[in-house]
Amino acid sequence: MAKLNVKIGALQLKNPVMTASGTFGYGLEFADFMPLDGIGGIIVKGTTLNPREGNDYPRMAETAQGMLNCVGLQNKGVDYFCTHIYPQIKDIDTNMIVNVSGSSPEDYAECAARIDALEQIPAVELNISCPNVKDGGMAFGVTCAGAASVVKAVRQRYHKTLIVKLSPNVTDITEIARAVEAEGADAVSLINTLMGMAIDIEKRKPLLSIRTGGLSGPAVKPVALRMVWQVAKAVGIPVVGLGGISCAKDAIEFLMAGATAIEIGTANFLDPAISIKVRDGIEAWLDSHGCQSVEDIIGVID
Amino acid sequence: MKKYVLDLTVVSVERIHARYVLIRLTDTKPLPDMLPGQFVEVRVDGSPSTFLRRPISINYVDRAKNQLWLLVATVGEGTKTLATLQPGAVLNCVLPLGNGFTPAVSGQRVLLIGGGVGVAPLLYMGAQMREQCIEPTFLLGARTQEDLLMLDEFKKYGRVFVTTEDGSAGEKGFVTNHSILQQEQFDRISTCGPTPMMKAVARLAREKGIDCEVSLENLMACGLGACLCCVEKTIEGNLCVCKEGPVFNINRLLWQS
Repeated sequence: MAKLNVKIGALQLKNPVMTASGTFGYGLEFADFMPLDGIGGIIVKGTTLNPREGNDYPRMAETAQGMLNCVGLQNKGVDYFCTHIYPQIKDIDTNMIVNVSGSSPEDYAECAARIDALEQIPAVELNISCPNVKDGGMAFGVTCAGAASVVKAVRQRYHKTLIVKLSPNVTDITEIARAVEAEGADAVSLINTLMGMAIDIEKRKPLLSIRTGGLSGPAVKPVALRMVWQVAKAVGIPVVGLGGISCAKDAIEFLMAGATAIEIGTANFLDPAISIKVRDGIEAWLDSHGCQSVEDIIGVID
Repeated sequence: MKKYVLDLTVVSVERIHARYVLIRLTDTKPLPDMLPGQFVEVRVDGSPSTFLRRPISINYVDRAKNQLWLLVATVGEGTKTLATLQPGAVLNCVLPLGNGFTPAVSGQRVLLIGGGVGVAPLLYMGAQMREQCIEPTFLLGARTQEDLLMLDEFKKYGRVFVTTEDGSAGEKGFVTNHSILQQEQFDRISTCGPTPMMKAVARLAREKGIDCEVSLENLMACGLGACLCCVEKTIEGNLCVCKEGPVFNINRLLWQS
């Protein structure tokens, strides 16, 4: 049996499969379908310093091999997370990672600092790439200076593994990746959703309440894969790949392109047990190809 | 309640109306526990333009035959593909999802009001009530006589009153105009149907001081409370229809304004 464990900074993963923020709730919602401790990590719903109601309904539109969403970071705030949700998830035997968002560098830092105090949350993923909020989110992730300012502020107050989730809605994603690496990010994850739009032609109206939303699903996979490959070449820190991964073959492509670990997002909606199947599929592929370890295939594409 | 992903086998697909089919499914093992008002997320294979699962309410569970019935309105590519399923085909279902209707208690006079394909979950609700020796009263509305679905099935479990917009069956008009609402007292109304109908029912229930719950049908992706796409505004903020609902007491919704 090939070894599946990988490292992201100081973070040990039993296998490279994680679930993407906003697609897997707090993990508990999927406990009936698969062993949560069978995957390398669960990245829980985006959390902000203060509660957020999110955007108005409708927040979702189905598109060709994908979907648009404009949820807008609905969550009950970091204090609610710490007091009500953390106790329910802290003993799940995998890396429980919190996705953190904010509307100013100080907000991000304060939110991350409160999560730093939670013993069994070993890492945060900084969301500087949400396309669905006016204040903050992607606004920080589309310039090197903005991205750097958030990471710098958080790094001063957060001492565990810091993953920064990048936006694909930029001219050159490698510049942003290098900027956050320079400020002390331990890893980058990419891609967040691609900004998109859909229109109801009979009503002559957008299908989403705020007109635009983030595109995810198999439709974005080739774009995500290309960006992961580019960023893996450009930075020295580990890259976590995501964007349309729906099966073990997709995951292996991301690993070969240079991702040390991967996240499964929208595919959780189609098959709530998909992440454990991808883990098993990676193992089976490695075994059938005579690989001793998943590390044998990471970054093999020049 | 434990949720499952099951490959169910199609027993039959019956075209009961130009726009509706009744799909009967079974499994080699006994079907899991399911509550009236809960729903199923079905995967639509063989329809390239259908990416997400489709949420479909549980129409009826026949324990003797180990069958699950889904009443499907064939409105888009996905549901039209479901209508072409052949006996023996496999339909992948995530179930049971959502909360379901509040169970009736002995002595309670419960009125079940349905419109269009929204009548679907009321059949299972009525059947469960009957099993507990509580007779449900059904009030079913449609545009015309031929749009009234599964009347013979409803009649097995309780009294059935009908309205049609053109007067071709029952009383002419909308469900909220039916004389039964003036003639009899009810302790609770559970309703499912088009939103304007449910809002009118909610208004009437509030006027008469009748406890009322509605089954919502917001667009969904995950069906599990993970993606937060199907939210409805409530007194507790935005709540997922798929997890906190689909059934909500009207006092929790912001429908008054």
